[in-house]
Amino acid sequence: MVTGVGVVAPGGVTRAAFWDLLTAGRTATRRISFFDAADFRSQIAAECDFDPRAAGLTPQEIHRNDRFAQFTLVAADEALKESGLDLRATDRDNVAVSIGSAVGATTRLEDEYVNVSDHGRNWHVDERYGSRFLYQALVPSSAATEVACRYGAHGPAAVISTGCTSGLDAIGHGHQLIEDGEADVVIAGAADAPISPISMACFDAIRATSARNDDPEHASRPFDATRDGFVMGEGAAVLILEEFEHARRRGAEIFCEVAGFANRSNAFHMTGLRPDGLEMAEAITDALGQARLDPTAVSYINAHGSGTKQNDRHETAAFKRSLGQHAYDVPVSSIKSMVGHSLGAIGAIELAACVLAIRYGVVPPTANLENKDPECDLDYVPKNAREQRVEVALSVGSGFGGFQSAAVLRRWSS
Amino acid sequence: MKRAVITGIGVVAPSGLTTEDHWRSTLAGEQHVRELDGRLVGQVPGFAAEGSVDPRLIIQTDRWTWMSLAATRQALDDAKYDPAAHDPYATSVVLASGSGGNEFGQREIQALWSKGRRAVTAYQSIAWFYAASVGQTSILHGTKGPNQVLVSEGAGGLDSLGAARRVIRRGTPAVIAGGTEAPLSPYALVCQSTSERLSATGYRPFDADADGHVPGEGGAVLIVEDAAAAAERGAQQIYGELAGYAATHDAHHPERPAPDCAQLVRAMRKALADADVSPDDVGFVFADGAATPALDALEAQAIREVFGRPVPVTAPQGHIGRLCSGGGALTVATALLALRDGIVPAVGNLARPGHDLDLVREPRQLAADVVLVNARGFGGFNSSIVLKRYREEGLRDAG
Repeated sequence: MVTGVGVVAPGGVTRAAFWDLLTAGRTATRRISFFDAADFRSQIAAECDFDPRAAGLTPQEIHRNDRFAQFTLVAADEALKESGLDLRATDRDNVAVSIGSAVGATTRLEDEYVNVSDHGRNWHVDERYGSRFLYQALVPSSAATEVACRYGAHGPAAVISTGCTSGLDAIGHGHQLIEDGEADVVIAGAADAPISPISMACFDAIRATSARNDDPEHASRPFDATRDGFVMGEGAAVLILEEFEHARRRGAEIFCEVAGFANRSNAFHMTGLRPDGLEMAEAITDALGQARLDPTAVSYINAHGSGTKQNDRHETAAFKRSLGQHAYDVPVSSIKSMVGHSLGAIGAIELAACVLAIRYGVVPPTANLENKDPECDLDYVPKNAREQRVEVALSVGSGFGGFQSAAVLRRWSS
Repeated sequence: MKRAVITGIGVVAPSGLTTEDHWRSTLAGEQHVRELDGRLVGQVPGFAAEGSVDPRLIIQTDRWTWMSLAATRQALDDAKYDPAAHDPYATSVVLASGSGGNEFGQREIQALWSKGRRAVTAYQSIAWFYAASVGQTSILHGTKGPNQVLVSEGAGGLDSLGAARRVIRRGTPAVIAGGTEAPLSPYALVCQSTSERLSATGYRPFDADADGHVPGEGGAVLIVEDAAAAAERGAQQIYGELAGYAATHDAHHPERPAPDCAQLVRAMRKALADADVSPDDVGFVFADGAATPALDALEAQAIREVFGRPVPVTAPQGHIGRLCSGGGALTVATALLALRDGIVPAVGNLARPGHDLDLVREPRQLAADVVLVNARGFGGFNSSIVLKRYREEGLRDAG
């Protein structure tokens, strides 16, 4: 059961601001302000206007942690508050933590490297110029530790790092911990903060990111014939997952249930996707099977929709393969058109959007969709959100390394 | 419930480039910690990607992935398990990672800041991130089952095995699990020095003079299978059953050890209960042996509390260093070999035993059916695994 949601996203650092952005169809993509990106091929990103102090972190939490872990803590805090869970009255031995991240503390690792290597001059680096907290940056399990320590969660804790499906996989992992009786409550989500020179440079090198630098607001164009790659993003989302009886006993408001989760690998290529969408379709079919739902029960699909031609065609094929004719009837949208692609975080942010879609009866749009790629012939909810009751939401993700994941959320009715 | 058994082991470690070399060296108590650029480290001597990794892959991947691919090749050969001979969805890859492709990452950040963004190679986007080894392994061996990557520092190796069992119980018959680590690049060493847990004098778990650990590289990959599927394909050996697993977190402070050992005790007890064995059934313990006075004292106290008797305890990793996520996986491999041969290796590098434990000082003949393994991760992760000698009649009993 999902009993709380917290979001740190571009365009507004709270769940409410995030939902306003999505339902208005506004985009938060802009020219990069974090560093001088003039020499880069892609100079645009969806940045969070994030003030960790104002968001409630202590000076030491800020000093110790990279931005991705700071995002995690803020999103977890909002989710826990919404859930109304009184941790003092909860058996914290059974509270688990599952946090996804694709690239962990990459920004801090790079910033500090510039100092210890004296601007990349020295290979044998000088530790005296580094932060005292570099170990927490090297090994990103620190984000799970920070959450566990802040809330006294003594259950199993881990960071799940499966690249761009990390967010879906971390929430899927949390769901499985509850299924297996290893936890009653899981603080589950994901965070990434990759808007840094090295991350932008490595995606420049493979031309995966958009170079529509003169029009950043319209640069993220999933399923549009004129798309030219993804727009980097950052952020976090955390869901409070709770075993049903645990939630019922304390009278919690249940927003929806995680009814199924499955993942597969394409065993094909680190960055390439076959156009048939076979393995993603397998994951979708498995997740629907766990939920005991017919494909026609799906009322909304939150697509991976990264805005690369390869991805958009791959997943369109996967939806047709797994849902049959129903794929043409169900609304499909990509919120990456508005909040960019925050690597491992986005899977959790997209699931948060699904929870809100179920709760408020609104399907977020695909912004910037003017002219559909003729190969992408589904209903991608162009530009404007739709008021529509959502019973079952399907969210999918696809990532470097061949990872394909699918989660099914279902409205809860008692 | 499906039972998970280990049918293949692959090792790349300071103590050896094969399972049997590692085992021989471990029993012989050979010291492998050496000085590298003024620091003590446990390096894997003579490890070259050439010969075990496709040259096209070598330039696309970090040393950590080379070790992972080499250990996987050995483990598959040892298990005589060929993923290509099975349904592609019948095999998964579930590995732990701590520091990812840190050497590759250092080189590319260096190139970016000294030469500009065009000097960054196309492979940076796929080489350094924590999922690189799993992705490459899955592609190389054509496995399409559910993959997973766990990061929980030193506990990661055990957590990957726990996750592998979860994958098996959900219907995937075979999992490539475990982990390797290669954290000896200059930058990774600097990062580790900020943990304030490194020793300048050596890694001496449970020694009265212990003052921290030495970082090491390498690890192990294990083939974990559904027992029934392994029997059906005629697996020739079963090292043991992954009978119990549990993980907890101290949730005390991101750097400082917890004031008590309550959560480590809970992890051990939960793993024993999960395996349906009592502490009295356990023949010996492979300890985490963090080698700081406080952490060793807490683990010693936890072992006394759980067992209430002087159970034999070992920690041979004193001879090779702490391998972060690779360490737990390698310890499980070593523990399985100890079960197989009925001999427990000695605590590594122990001169002056410092805790009230039955520390194994010389290899000890000890026929046992159950062994407990602990692994802890910086920040407060505690994981325990119970390995059992595998008995087929148990399979029939379980229906």
